[in-house]
Amino acid sequence: MSITLDVRHGRVEMSHGSGGRAAAQLIEQVFVPAFDNEFLRQGDDGAVLPAPAPGHRLVMATDAHVVSPLFFPGGDIGGLAVHGTVNDVAMMGAQPLWLSASFVLEEGLPLADLQRIVRSMAQAARAAGVTVVCGDTKVVERGKGDGVYIATTGVGQLPPGAAPSGAAARAGDAILVSGTLGDHGMAILSQREGLSFDAPIQSDSAALHGLVADLLASGAAIHTLRDPTRGGLATTLNEIARQSRVGMLIEEAQIPVQPAVAAACEFLGLDPLYIANEGKLVAICPADDAERALAVLRAHPLGRDAAIIGRVVNDDRCFVELHTRFGGRRLLDWLNGDPLPRIC
Amino acid sequence: MCLAIPAQVVELLPDEMAVVDLAGVCKSISLSLVEEVAVGDYVIVHVGYALQKLDPDEAAQTLALFAEWREAGVA
Amino acid sequence: MKYLSEFRDPVLAQALLARIAAEVQPGQRYRLMEFCGGHTHALARYGLPALLPDNVRMVHGPGCPVCVLPTGRIDQAIRLALEQPVMLCCYGDVLRVPASDGLTLLKARAQGADVRMVYSPLDALELARKYPEREVVFFAIGFETTTPPSASAILQAQAEGLTNFSVLCHHVLTLPAMQAILDQPGGTPLDGLIGPAHVSTVIGSTPYLPLVAHYRKPLVVAGFEPLDLLQAILMLVRQVNEGRAEVENEFTRAVLPEGNRKAQALVDRVFAARSTFEWRGLGELPDSGLTLRVAYAAFDAERRFPQADYRRASDHKGCECAAVLRGEKEPQACRLFGKACTPEHPLGACMVSAEGACAASYTYGRAAMEVR
Repeated sequence: MSITLDVRHGRVEMSHGSGGRAAAQLIEQVFVPAFDNEFLRQGDDGAVLPAPAPGHRLVMATDAHVVSPLFFPGGDIGGLAVHGTVNDVAMMGAQPLWLSASFVLEEGLPLADLQRIVRSMAQAARAAGVTVVCGDTKVVERGKGDGVYIATTGVGQLPPGAAPSGAAARAGDAILVSGTLGDHGMAILSQREGLSFDAPIQSDSAALHGLVADLLASGAAIHTLRDPTRGGLATTLNEIARQSRVGMLIEEAQIPVQPAVAAACEFLGLDPLYIANEGKLVAICPADDAERALAVLRAHPLGRDAAIIGRVVNDDRCFVELHTRFGGRRLLDWLNGDPLPRIC
Repeated sequence: MCLAIPAQVVELLPDEMAVVDLAGVCKSISLSLVEEVAVGDYVIVHVGYALQKLDPDEAAQTLALFAEWREAGVA
Repeated sequence: MKYLSEFRDPVLAQALLARIAAEVQPGQRYRLMEFCGGHTHALARYGLPALLPDNVRMVHGPGCPVCVLPTGRIDQAIRLALEQPVMLCCYGDVLRVPASDGLTLLKARAQGADVRMVYSPLDALELARKYPEREVVFFAIGFETTTPPSASAILQAQAEGLTNFSVLCHHVLTLPAMQAILDQPGGTPLDGLIGPAHVSTVIGSTPYLPLVAHYRKPLVVAGFEPLDLLQAILMLVRQVNEGRAEVENEFTRAVLPEGNRKAQALVDRVFAARSTFEWRGLGELPDSGLTLRVAYAAFDAERRFPQADYRRASDHKGCECAAVLRGEKEPQACRLFGKACTPEHPLGACMVSAEGACAASYTYGRAAMEVR
């Protein structure tokens, strides 16, 4: 295994996925230096993980990442792949510990890009305190992939006691968000061919487990935690409303949106409430705990713009209603398909 | 039926193009449908074209009219 | 956001609403049609209709260029994209409109058609430059607001000597549609009209004068923001109270009586009126749609690709889009509404378009409609 890959100029080839020498080279020279840890060093087919602490249960979550472009303002697919799964585990109230990472590489992907992505993943994993313990690499023919697809599965441990759940929201509860909405989706859209605009909008891609840990340790009873990714805040609220069989009343004036995100949405005829976020959470807690939860969120770097945006109400129809700035009401319905820019 | 937004011209470009700014979001658009547009002017933008210059005096007058209703309501 | 936020001020909105409530006369009905689909969307977005006095009723007009395009026109675009090796560039609005055989442009893309979403005709021109070996067709829809950009793009293509760019032109005209609405025997009687915001920046306010004189209905051109709409409603209420039928302009910051002469001239240079054009809901209307002049035949996709011709097609069985567009029926009166036809699986254009009356009704009106 002595021939060095030309990471600067080389590209992914079919042989890198075939399990032979070229594949081993790729793993040895791109993946291992980035992820090096005791599990991967064993070189076995699977990682043997320690049992959880007494009384603790395991939480597992999985996510596939197919974002295009691969590199965008504020992040890249690598960081996203780590943050997305770490966040899913964290939303269950669990401490994320281990990740697996599967890569489907497109023939022709520059190795320099792959290295950049892998290093970004490694950095994100370190910052999140998680270890990538196993992985896989496959290669598909040119034209059959979008550069790279990454699927990550995460395992975390959940302390004893009630875990936050989408079915646990109760009438009277307060609804909080940890910060501004629509950043990630608009950062991606701003790079898209045929729609490009210059905007100081960065993706909010971030690992939220620290923020979650602070919330759970605050003494506030956290009924529900969820990150509003695809479909945006509106979709997430509708999911929770249906799961908990409640309704919601949201105050439009309280929802935090960056001026540049609002402006970009105006240009394209989009609604920030339906745009993806990758570093925000929705928290639902009893009304009496709301101020405490808000203070804890705002004290954390990822929660500076947190706000109480509404409350849970009794409603068999499970409607999420928006109380507009004008005192009117409108339904904040489910998203139907991808939000498409419109001219009308 | 026509989504259009008011944005400020911040830079004139060759070939009847310009850069407009709305709250920090910049886009290059065409000025081929309007005349005598200067940096600092506001234009109504629809599908990447400026359709008309916005008249700041008229805008101020319209807002003043709304404010009158507010005063009248208070009185 | 300057010139946007000030026109969305909630305190001023309350003042305007109070003013309207103070001036409506009890026993008088104010049935006001907002012609423009963008206005329909704005009313729904801010929840305005529910805040108006009970005797002010907003009737949704057919000013939604996606909604009024007959199914056969979408079929035409789909057929072009599937059968010819073209790159079909479309605005986002048309991608999910249901066509015949359960197809949409998006589904056609899944079947292999090269359908690209663009924000502007400029993007389609850019694609034509970038891929000189490909035929780029721009699917042009819209009322008079959207037509000048198409005209400018065609002139630009000509100036640059592009030979792989053409336009599938389905631009339509506002006044014939307004006239058709006011002419129809079975339609909802109207007391006033809210004129479109951005169409009027192009055509001006004077074109509405003959219409208003003939039908004796007041018309106020309104800006796009909620305060504009409320002010326009107030102005219409006053006209009705005073028995006047005039053209008034609320959107003075962007609409001149003569409109944008330069834009009008460019449109006139490139496009001519079709002798007749079929509209969903309004039938065949003379001089209501545009096509490219012979001088620009090289840029006319209908001439370039005659195989992708227009064939009339019917709407989904049970679909009441036509009646809704005429203002004859409320969306709720369609038996498909909210059941087989929802924004998730729309059967008609009025449900899929962001400014369609059915979509607006389903989204904002459902909460008010549902009976416990």
